[in-house]
Amino acid sequence: MNETVFYFATTLGKIVVFTHLALILAALMVLGERRISAVMQSRLGPNRVGYGGLLQPIADALKFFFKEDVVPGQVEKVLYILAPAITVIPALLTIAVIPFGPALTIFGTEVPLVIADLDIGILFVFAIASLGVYGVVLAGWASNSRYPLLGGVRSSAQMISYELVLGLSVIGIFMSTGSLRLLDVVAAQQDGVWFAFSQPLGFLLFVICAFAETNRLPFDTPEAETELVAGYHTEYSSMKFAMFFMGEYTAMFVFAALISTLFLGGWDIPFVTAEQLAAWGNWGSLLGFVSFFTKCLCFMFFYIWVRWTIPRFRFDQTMALGWKVGIPAGVANIVATAFILLPPGTL
Amino acid sequence: MAKVIERPKLTWYEHLYLPAVAQGLAMTFREMFKPNITMQYPEERQVFYDDYRGAPVLVKDELGREKCVSCQLCEFICPPKAIVIEPGEIPHDDPDNHVEKAPREFFIDMLRCIYCGMCEEICPEEAIFMSSEYELNGTNRAELIHNKAKLYERGGKRVDSIRKWKDK
Repeated sequence: MNETVFYFATTLGKIVVFTHLALILAALMVLGERRISAVMQSRLGPNRVGYGGLLQPIADALKFFFKEDVVPGQVEKVLYILAPAITVIPALLTIAVIPFGPALTIFGTEVPLVIADLDIGILFVFAIASLGVYGVVLAGWASNSRYPLLGGVRSSAQMISYELVLGLSVIGIFMSTGSLRLLDVVAAQQDGVWFAFSQPLGFLLFVICAFAETNRLPFDTPEAETELVAGYHTEYSSMKFAMFFMGEYTAMFVFAALISTLFLGGWDIPFVTAEQLAAWGNWGSLLGFVSFFTKCLCFMFFYIWVRWTIPRFRFDQTMALGWKVGIPAGVANIVATAFILLPPGTL
Repeated sequence: MAKVIERPKLTWYEHLYLPAVAQGLAMTFREMFKPNITMQYPEERQVFYDDYRGAPVLVKDELGREKCVSCQLCEFICPPKAIVIEPGEIPHDDPDNHVEKAPREFFIDMLRCIYCGMCEEICPEEAIFMSSEYELNGTNRAELIHNKAKLYERGGKRVDSIRKWKDK
């Protein structure tokens, strides 16, 4: 088979499969969130549509499609319509560099289970993921009313503070792997211990930032339904609102995938070496994929779990945590890692 | 005078907040395994005690005779003026002519009723009772004005220990 055609076909296949996987997971996550939060509150949650409520996301989506799309008179039309798209697209773009599993072998050619194997992997994620906040800020601005504006302003302030900590928290990993490529990070963890154990402080900071970056409780001040009505998406309805929702849940999945990749060993299965996994061929790849996905799902559960445990921070507390605790701790983590990595006898 | 609230001094361990967060997480995780208290409404229904004040109904005595003598006390006491009675005489040749009067029509406007139970309390004949019916709905307003036939149908027969008209 022509090599170029094969490359295009597999890449297209990967794009279709992975983006749909993320979107379906986002939809199921909405149901999961409602069911799990219900269970935590001694309730049942939606259980009528389909078996155990499994078709609820479809019902929700249909509802969104049939709702009237209200565009309030006071909005900045162009930005107002653009904002939901700006939230969704970066979230979907970041899926490109996430390694979903060990390379598959198709017709004798190795196909890595990552859409784009970039050498700057994690930088790409941070660059694109930060674009997502423009959606929120623009939505707040374009809505031209009080609550969305406050939500947008809060979001930008929160983003700036936590993006810093996010960056600092992962530097330790790249100091020890010596590469920004996510496949290398996974390989390093397959050989050694997971970075969650060797970089506990970095892991903790990254998890906190993941919550802040995805606007999840306890950092959901941009939405803050008890104080800001619905925050930045107050003026949105119908599919535009659904797109914000979708973008948010996809971003959650991306961060869950990032945490799995960076700190929880990616597709690594405990006590199984990379060689053993490779020996099983494509089944090994599938197993690795399942392992990776299980870690993502566990973290997705953690999102919900935390949501119903920790109440929302006041806005100044959010800021204080980011600047006064997060950044010093992130720097301390880098310094500590540097000292450990020093070759013996240097000092 | 302003009251000064003493804030407890936190130890460095408490200042980490993480142990408290872990405690909270453990708490919510335990909650997940507790039985849920949701009632699957249309299939399962609330069971009420006898004194529950639901929709008012009219009852018949042990012989199936109308208890109401249309004294109209309930109509007068009714705070939202939901009850309207059209009194009527019972003809002499009627087999149920133990009393002089019975309502020709009896309306309770359920859109006005406040379920206070005063009609039940004041009724000298114990003819009107608060049932445990709590699901009232209709497609128009007229459907929710209960007439005599509907009230008797819902109330049915009620056998009491006091049989005032037993020998009549």
